[in-house]
Amino acid sequence: MAGYVCQCNGDVMHIMEGFLPLNWCVFWYALSLPVVVYGAYKLSGLMKNSRDVLPLLAVSGAFIFVLSSLKMPSVTGSCSHPTGTGIGAILFGPWITSLLSIIVLIYQAIFLAHGGLTTLGANTFSMGIVGPLAGYLVYKACMKRDVNMFVAVFLAATLADWLTYIVTSIQLALAFPAATGGALASFEAFLAVFAITQVPLAIVEGVVSALLFKYIVQLRSDVLLKLNVASPSVLKKLKEACA
Amino acid sequence: MKLEHITLLVLAIFIAAFAYVSSTGNHEWSGADDKPEAVIDELTGGSYHPWAESIWTPPSGEIESLLFALQAAFGSIIIGYFLGYYRGLAKAKCALQAEEKEGNLNARSAR
Repeated sequence: MAGYVCQCNGDVMHIMEGFLPLNWCVFWYALSLPVVVYGAYKLSGLMKNSRDVLPLLAVSGAFIFVLSSLKMPSVTGSCSHPTGTGIGAILFGPWITSLLSIIVLIYQAIFLAHGGLTTLGANTFSMGIVGPLAGYLVYKACMKRDVNMFVAVFLAATLADWLTYIVTSIQLALAFPAATGGALASFEAFLAVFAITQVPLAIVEGVVSALLFKYIVQLRSDVLLKLNVASPSVLKKLKEACA
Repeated sequence: MKLEHITLLVLAIFIAAFAYVSSTGNHEWSGADDKPEAVIDELTGGSYHPWAESIWTPPSGEIESLLFALQAAFGSIIIGYFLGYYRGLAKAKCALQAEEKEGNLNARSAR
């Protein structure tokens, strides 16, 4: 029986169905849903006023789709998958990215028994809110300090990925505090599972995100200006002229 | 160094690390012993039982990988479509610019 289950079914990404006590499920739903609803509100504004950015929104969502379907082996001998939320967070901000993330999470919860509907709130909070928010802030901070744009994207995407797992560890630790040492000891135990496995994956995700971003800069720098992602002078330097 | 090269290099290192780890130890690549469920069991002394089950589980590993592949394919086609479309647009724009320049030059030399 165990043999056929996907090799990476024990993968450490989302909290599995039923693996959080009910009160914690409700708690994380209560934190996540308002953010997602606000994201939907922001998205409807975007759809009304600036339809020309929608293809890039589709690309950001698709990037999350692709990356979160790739279960990759890590140096620790177990598998996990990247999140892909960095690009969306940089382009459209964490609010809208939370909406993109919940779509992917629902797909995986319903069709793949990956994550779960009861734990959807918690998983959205880690992958769709805290990760993207951190990525967004890192990117903005880097841009203010004139860090190379692609380095900034790399840092933002890597951190968004990695922090997702840190938050998952915190969520599990809060729900299952150890008998001795409490939640902090549990946090260390869960962190040992998540953090190291995820480091190489987060780095790969960061690099691939930076590459995708390079193409976006070359092709649609007008949208980046419109979304206030980069200043004209930075874009001018990066964009290659007509060959 | 171009970003493409850096990406390839990082991927190569990643693959090399995988090859090295899988050749030096006996790994299941499943996280069987260190998955969160095991940690929860340890922390609670096995007293916690999941109170909900997935509403649907793919009936086999093949079907699960099919659904994962569809997910990746669906995403990839969207990314590829729009990047390709924009690339074509940019190219056409460049060609038009070059043509206009040429046209201006011709007009000037005719005068």
